[in-house]
Amino acid sequence: MNPVLLSRIQFGLAASFHFIFPSTTFGLIFIILIFEILYFKKREELYLKISNFLIKILALVFVLGVASGIVLEFSFGNNWANYSRVVGDIFGAPLAAEGVFAFFLESVFLGVLVFGRNRVSNKFFLLSAFLVFFGSHLSGLWIIIANSWMQTPMGFKIEGGRAILTNFFDAVINKSTLIRYIHTIIAGWITGSLLLAGISAYYILKKRLLEYSKILLRISLIIFITCSIIQLFTGHLHSVQVANTQPEKMAAYESLWETQRFAPFSIFAIPDEKNAKNVFYIGIPGLLSFLIDFNPGYEVKGLLEFPRDERPPVILPFYSYHIMIFLGFYFILISIIGIYLFLKKKIYDEKWYLKILLYSIPLPYLANEFGWIGAEVGRQPWAVYKVLKTKDAISLSVPAGQILFSLIMFSIIYTFLLIIFIYLMKKFVKIGIEEIKEGY
Amino acid sequence: MEEFEILKIIWFFLIGVLLIGYSILDGFDLGIGSLFPFIAKNDEEKRKIFRIIGPFWDGNEVWLLTGGGALFAAFPHAYATIFSGFYLAFMVVLFSLIFRAVSIEFWNNDEKRKKLWSFCFTFGSFLPSLLFGIALGNCIIGIPLNENFDFTGNFFTLLRPYPIIIGILGFFTILLHGVSYLVLKTQKEIYEKAYKLSKKFWIIFIFVFILSFVATIIWIPENLNKIPAWIFSIIVFILWIIYGISLNKKKDLYIFLISSLIFISLWGIVASIQFPYLVKAINNPSYSLTIYNASSSSLTLKVMLLIAIIGMPFVIGYTIYVYKIFKGRI
Repeated sequence: MNPVLLSRIQFGLAASFHFIFPSTTFGLIFIILIFEILYFKKREELYLKISNFLIKILALVFVLGVASGIVLEFSFGNNWANYSRVVGDIFGAPLAAEGVFAFFLESVFLGVLVFGRNRVSNKFFLLSAFLVFFGSHLSGLWIIIANSWMQTPMGFKIEGGRAILTNFFDAVINKSTLIRYIHTIIAGWITGSLLLAGISAYYILKKRLLEYSKILLRISLIIFITCSIIQLFTGHLHSVQVANTQPEKMAAYESLWETQRFAPFSIFAIPDEKNAKNVFYIGIPGLLSFLIDFNPGYEVKGLLEFPRDERPPVILPFYSYHIMIFLGFYFILISIIGIYLFLKKKIYDEKWYLKILLYSIPLPYLANEFGWIGAEVGRQPWAVYKVLKTKDAISLSVPAGQILFSLIMFSIIYTFLLIIFIYLMKKFVKIGIEEIKEGY
Repeated sequence: MEEFEILKIIWFFLIGVLLIGYSILDGFDLGIGSLFPFIAKNDEEKRKIFRIIGPFWDGNEVWLLTGGGALFAAFPHAYATIFSGFYLAFMVVLFSLIFRAVSIEFWNNDEKRKKLWSFCFTFGSFLPSLLFGIALGNCIIGIPLNENFDFTGNFFTLLRPYPIIIGILGFFTILLHGVSYLVLKTQKEIYEKAYKLSKKFWIIFIFVFILSFVATIIWIPENLNKIPAWIFSIIVFILWIIYGISLNKKKDLYIFLISSLIFISLWGIVASIQFPYLVKAINNPSYSLTIYNASSSSLTLKVMLLIAIIGMPFVIGYTIYVYKIFKGRI
């Protein structure tokens, strides 16, 4: 058994499971904030009830986010001790800052949202909703800062085999931080808004809670449509950044072996990693070059350009990246149909469309996970790009058997929790907006 | 003293502050959780307990996350050594914390499996309450390390008598703290139960405290000449007496405050006998992790200090404010 591979699988599992919850939180708290503002301004029971229902869901989502987040916070010490030793001087600070500036804020004020409706003024409640919104988004920023530093490290020097901080702001706002942050947050808004659009579509299909579900559908669908379209541009900008700062990752995304001008954008391929070629390939000539530089003659580096031991795997990044893009276009398609139905004022009547919304709920989650798989596997063989290889980052004192044990345990626990989570979500939806009780 | 050295010393104490924050805040809900089946017999009582800790437990747990993050940032070698060295023990802590976190929410919403979630809440609180102290005991007495600061022992190295004694001390301090919080926050039957338990734990505490005191003198006698450790030990003893008096007079707020002060003073003893060590190496003193050889760079410590100075006053301020919002007995 290979402790590097086991540690990677365990981290991948822990991170994938965790990301289900913060991504939902981003969209959910955004929409809660909108309803709280509406309630604050108009004082209508309708908004209050919807918001209480959403807060109930948020409490559940948040708890799973906390539970799975603790694992990640400690995993660097548990499984990646050498990583912690080599880059701890830089990587630890954003995690600590996340706690100090963001995580305290969202946790403490979530308590007010869930339990404090009758104990605080309306103004303070609205403020609490804003602080949970602000805290969770700030929390995401620090985590993206930490991860972006692994992708495009800056603001440091190597001294005695360790990375030493030389400029905090360069390390924090490195070449990929901002675009990756925007891309991730919008992905979260897409995820949360489609979840709520799907839930309200379900109510409309069941002819239940129509008064509530129509307004919830309208607001969440507007956010979903807007974000899906914006995401096309942030996705594009993020890809351009990857092409410029991590060319081998872009080559893996595109399964591009030969360095070339007029590089094609691949539609489908079957890469053969061993023989460094594609068994099958269809692409649009010149499009990749054009997208990166607005110039079809732009030269794009192929994988063969890089030494074999510094090339990322191809199959996993390639398919993940393409599935993510495919899903992104699917979201744009249902957005365009949504706009059409909005204009025709038929949005609540087209059953097939409501069903599409309902059954599409899991798809943003898939897009998120594939996006992350592409980003993280595409960074290999590096843990920190061009600084530390993943195989040199593990905990030398932890035997493979122990990692296998914890990996099996995490797999069982997370599967079980996911089942209970989905069961409770369904239960909350069945109880419905009117009947749900806040707090315990 | 040069600036870098001062920063290292500051961070030794700031990590201590975060650990104290975690002990005092999450300590009470871990204690309550460990005693869950003894305090809450029926669903109504259980719901009350969850309403007491419901608004706070995840904010409390952030102290652990932030403490872990700060240790990572300030003393990366200590973070790496401890978390990889105590791997299995920490996995048990993580599984426990996961189940504990979800069990509170699940118990209240998943009617079918109330028993399971109640069990998870109890064990998810009990195991970390015990294991945190065992981990600390290992850092104090020392563990085998190599020149790369990596742990070279096995799982049973961690379960030597001294760490277990410290684990028991930590566990009973958490229990005492948990019932002290209940005395402050409950009424009627639960209050009576908590009050009785706090008397019991008050007596047990002094025995386990003396036990760990004696154990420290036997196994690590070099600590006998550390005067601050003596001072803090005497303070613990005095606080213990005041706790007993407050208990008799039913001064409920004092009871909780004093049990918090006991926790702080215990950390005072730990700091006195540890400084400047973070993790001692039992096989070769030169492999020990100290604040000098385990720390981050001067710049990182400075940036982190700035983050703490800007952020922590707000955190403490709004945490107190929100506790006030939910004041009163349940």
